[in-house]
Parts: sequence; structure tokens; C-alpha cells
Amino acid sequence: MHSFVYRLNTLVTFAAVILAVLCGAASFLDAFNSPSVRAHAEVIKFNRFRKQLSGNDEVSLTLNISMDLRSLFTWNTKQVFVFLAAEYETSKNSLNQISLWDYIIPDKDHAKFQAQVANKYPLIDQGSNLRGKKVEFVLHWHVMPWTGRMIEGKMAVSNFYLPEAYT
Amino acid sequence: MGWIGDSVESIRSLQIRHLLTQIISLGMIVTSALIIWKGLMCITGSESPVVVVLSGSMEPGFKRGDILFLHMNKDPIRAGEIVVFHVDGREIPIVHRVIKVHERQDTGEVDILTKGDNNFGDDRLLYAHGQLWLQQHHIMGRAVGFLPYVGWVTIIMTEKPIIKYLLIGALGLLVITSKD
Repeated sequence: MHSFVYRLNTLVTFAAVILAVLCGAASFLDAFNSPSVRAHAEVIKFNRFRKQLSGNDEVSLTLNISMDLRSLFTWNTKQVFVFLAAEYETSKNSLNQISLWDYIIPDKDHAKFQAQVANKYPLIDQGSNLRGKKVEFVLHWHVMPWTGRMIEGKMAVSNFYLPEAYT
Repeated sequence: MGWIGDSVESIRSLQIRHLLTQIISLGMIVTSALIIWKGLMCITGSESPVVVVLSGSMEPGFKRGDILFLHMNKDPIRAGEIVVFHVDGREIPIVHRVIKVHERQDTGEVDILTKGDNNFGDDRLLYAHGQLWLQQHHIMGRAVGFLPYVGWVTIIMTEKPIIKYLLIGALGLLVITSKD
């Protein structure tokens, strides 16, 4: 009954249960954090707007981005993945979401910043519907925890119109 | 002579009972593991509710050996979600983030493009030859939960099968020799 193996088994089981409870608690406590995010993004310049040989419109642009994501960080936050998506509707597609720029925020100290960036990924349409198109910038964030549930959020930050003609 | 035969008989029947108990308890362990796995499949709606991260393409978010819990439902895939997908001609599924989504007006079908957070370019090089987009049927689930390090157990066991057999052997011996 009180053999070495029996005690080892009890100890390991108990340790595993405690760890599981701690992981669950850490993840559960995140639910009490109600973040308030402030962000803004706008187009400074359209660098290129053309129709590819395949017939798809392609845009590259320069953005001014500012955000304050400090409230997303809790003690269970490993990092926050943030990206700016261009979202628009065309006659073919009810939703187009295209990530233009993303960034991994490693800690709270880097969570408030302002930057001028070129798009990391080009804005390419499925077709050639972009001339004069109204596009919405949506900032998405993905909170990646040390353990437990991952939290997603988003916020529409601004609208803009693409030029009427190719450059 | 009669009492010797009786006691031999009783010992033999005891041993048989003992053996049967061991077999049943072993069966209970195996079946309860199966019940947990199949139950998770029902709850999450994903054919593999738990996956182990095998590559560093999502670092620093997910490292090799971390475990992801998957969930699958009817909600359409959206940009930013971390999905597990399989590509035709590749055995091992991939865990990456969705960076582009195009959803059809008429049919509601989606074209999805993914990228690993730690990779320089998108995943078109990983897809089947000539494939530009993932469709809904390629997606096995989206990652909703995260548990670090635990997946190392399976990585070690698949890469060093000798350890797996040693472990199974030792556990089997323990079950057979335990007396209570």
C-alpha cells in the first residue's frame, strides 16, 4: 500500500493536478481584464497602384500608424500580435480582408507607439475592382498567453478611398 | 492427499482471478484514454482536438513542443486566426496564421492565405504545386488554447521509439506486478 511506486504516483498526480488548476486559473483571470485600446491609422501616400499581368489590382502604400495597446497586457500575456487589415466589399466578394502590416509586441513597454511604415504585404485584389474603392482599416489584435485561452479583438480605425486611376 | 489438491486448486483459481483483474484494469486504462480523446473530438468538432507544434515557424508565440487546443465550428474563417490546415501531398498538418481572406458573394466560399509569424514570406511555397489559396475543406480547426512544453513527451516518443517501448514495458510490468 505505501510502497515507493505508490507514493511516487500520488506525488506526480498531485503535481499534475496543481499545475492544471494553476493554468486554468491564470487563463480564467484574463477574463476580468477589460482592455481599452486606442489606435489610429491613415494613408500618407500611395506609392504604386497598378494592374498586374494576371489582371489583379495591386496597391502599395505608406501608412501612419499609432496605437496604445498597453491595456491588453496582463500577467499571463506572452505577446500581442497586432495587424492592420484593409477590408472592403466587391461585386464578386462579400468580404475581402487583407493584412497590410503586422507586428509582434513583446511586452507592455513597447505597446504604445507611433510609426510611419510601408505596407509589409501588398494589397492585391481578386480582380480589378480597386479604382475609387472605399476601404476600411481594421486593427486586429491577438493576445497570446503564457498558458490558456487566446484572446482576439478588433477595432475599425478609419476609412479611405483609393485613387480613381492607376499610377 | 485431498487437502493438497484442494489448496493447489484454490491458489490456481486465485491466480486466474488476479490475472483477469489485471487484464480488466489494463483495459480500463486504454478505454478511458480513448473515451477522453473521442469526447474531446465531439466537444471541439475537430478531427484532432489537440496538436503539437513541430516547427519554429510561429515563434515566439508557439515554440516546438507546445500544445494547441483546436476548435472547429461553422463560423467562417477570418484574418488573424491561427488555423491548422493540411495540404494535399503533405502528411503533417501545418499551424499558421491567416493573413488574407476573400469570401464569395454568391456561394460564401472562402479563399484563405496563411503565413507563419516567424517566416519571411507567405505560405504559397508550402502549398501544393500551383495552389494559390486554401479552401474551407483544407482547414482542420482553429487554435483557441495554448499549453507550453507538454508536447515534448510525444516529440521524444516519436523521435526515439526505444523510449516509448521502455516506458510501455515498465508500465505494463508495474500493472502486472502490483498487488493491491
